[in-house]
Amino acid sequence: MSSYSVTEPSLRQKWVAGILVIGYALITILPLIWIIATGFKTPSDAIAYPPKTFFTPTVEGYVNVFTTRTRLSQEQLQALGEPTTWYDKLVRKDGLVISGPSRFAERFTNSVIIGFGSTVLCIVLGTVAAYAFSRFKVPLKDDLLFFILSTRMMPPIAVAIPIFLMFRSLGLSDTHAGMILLYTAVNLSLSVWLLKGFIDEIPVEYEEAALIDGYTRFQAFYKVVLPQAATGIASTAIFCLIFAWNEYAFAVLLTSGNAQTAPPFIPTIIGVSGQDWPAVAAGATIFLVPVMVFTILLRKHLLRGITFGAVRK
Amino acid sequence: MLKSSVDRFAEATPHAIAGRMRGLSDRALAWLFVAPSIVLLLAVNIFPLIWTIRLSFTNFRVNRPNAEVGFVGLKNYLNILSDRDIWLTMQATAHFLIWTIVLQVLIGFALAYLINKKFRGNDLWTTIIVLPMMLSPAVVGNFWTFLYQPQIGLFNYAVGFLTGADPSSFSMIGDVALAPWAIVIVDTWMWTPFVMLICLAGLRSIPPSIYEAAECDRASRWRQFWTITIPLVLPFLMLAVLFRGIENFKMFDLVVQLTGGGPGSITELTSINLKREAFEKWRTGYASAYAVILFVTVFGLASIYVKALNKVKQR
Repeated sequence: MSSYSVTEPSLRQKWVAGILVIGYALITILPLIWIIATGFKTPSDAIAYPPKTFFTPTVEGYVNVFTTRTRLSQEQLQALGEPTTWYDKLVRKDGLVISGPSRFAERFTNSVIIGFGSTVLCIVLGTVAAYAFSRFKVPLKDDLLFFILSTRMMPPIAVAIPIFLMFRSLGLSDTHAGMILLYTAVNLSLSVWLLKGFIDEIPVEYEEAALIDGYTRFQAFYKVVLPQAATGIASTAIFCLIFAWNEYAFAVLLTSGNAQTAPPFIPTIIGVSGQDWPAVAAGATIFLVPVMVFTILLRKHLLRGITFGAVRK
Repeated sequence: MLKSSVDRFAEATPHAIAGRMRGLSDRALAWLFVAPSIVLLLAVNIFPLIWTIRLSFTNFRVNRPNAEVGFVGLKNYLNILSDRDIWLTMQATAHFLIWTIVLQVLIGFALAYLINKKFRGNDLWTTIIVLPMMLSPAVVGNFWTFLYQPQIGLFNYAVGFLTGADPSSFSMIGDVALAPWAIVIVDTWMWTPFVMLICLAGLRSIPPSIYEAAECDRASRWRQFWTITIPLVLPFLMLAVLFRGIENFKMFDLVVQLTGGGPGSITELTSINLKREAFEKWRTGYASAYAVILFVTVFGLASIYVKALNKVKQR
């Protein structure tokens, strides 16, 4: 009791708190670990009872998620001769041959194109709008800002009906451009709000100095404000990217063959006999791990992004 | 130093752009900057909304584009409000909404309170707890159907291990009594960290001097908790509830992948029900009226709530 302080928790309190929090954390990441582990199991290991904690890892799930396979009879298999590649060999022992690539790579590419495309567009539009809201007298400023925020309250399915009709008549259904525009519009509210907060924090004096030095307003924005807002822009960008990456409702309603992203696709992965869980888990792992890495890198900026900038710290 | 780097940037600006921009007043620039965002939001958010309202008074069906569209007045609205199935859907949504919020607030606040004890390594563990929230609800929801499988599912195995029940004796997503809880559990697992983060920000915003003063006045720990901690965290907590409320009222992806609204229609939340009407039965006019009703509900509830929130903040 020598260094007693009312605000510093005691050592015992810290221990109890630590044990409880770590216990919760371990339980909460168990499903995620299970996804990653299932990706490396054989189908029979994946559905074993009791659930297997220790198993011989295999990349069969990963091979399955990228390929389609057909079952052949023994005679047909023997007629084919020896498998030529390591992945051929892997599926051959189940009596299957690889008949072609699956659509996973394509869906994943769509996710990347639409995710990055909408993020770039959203950041460009959002930054200039946020700058204007932050520095200029815009008529009806508060109303416009509230209007921008309120667009986020709509259930996606409710707006999907007219967007579906609109896209159909404009020829935008199931195209990358259509999805990029849509995700940009959905994310724009978040990005304008967040970026306005970041730009508000940059002292006006820097720009004034540049203006006195003979720069135009646009140059002052481009050369002085933008570099200083870089961190804010980067963390906003990651939030837009994660949203577009995870979005499901619009993707499942408005895309089918051409521009479908990974989230509607991964649950439809099925094997030769029923749902192929290792393949689903492998696809999910490839899809989720980038977000986990971003989350860990971004942890300092997390709160501001997910609360629309309502909580600043 | 600043001047020289500004000079370098200025030289790098294309002459065409620089020339065109020089003549612009602040006012013109403001409009130039704001207009693209407003136009895009009008086109993709407001225009569709007005279109929805218009469609809601008709009997239009997307799958019959050549049929004559008739104006039916308020018939769609009256049909929806008197439909017993829709009230069941609303009940399912209410059950989901209330229980997820209650559980997330309790667990989220408790975790934030514990993390705020600043034990060593609390940063790392906070990040780990946050992970589920950042992932795709559809992909994760789909995988939870695997965890929920009788016998082979990890969830059933864990429950069996802890309670001694037979893991194959119950099916979380196949049983009418358990399915509403299955979606509550996954949503709580996913979104408790959100409430936790906001509470943590609230707890950290309380200046230590308040506790020191209370200690001088010999207020007990218990009393300090109820008269300092809770009132000061309350605005943050209410904000978290607002966000979770709006999000879960819109809930679609996670639940559609988990249960698809089943078994029967016991977990058919309003968004899922709306999707069925609009994109499976193709009753476009009817679904539009449904969308408008949902919309007014969220807006109305949210604005009442925000008023209450502002009152708490002012106290």
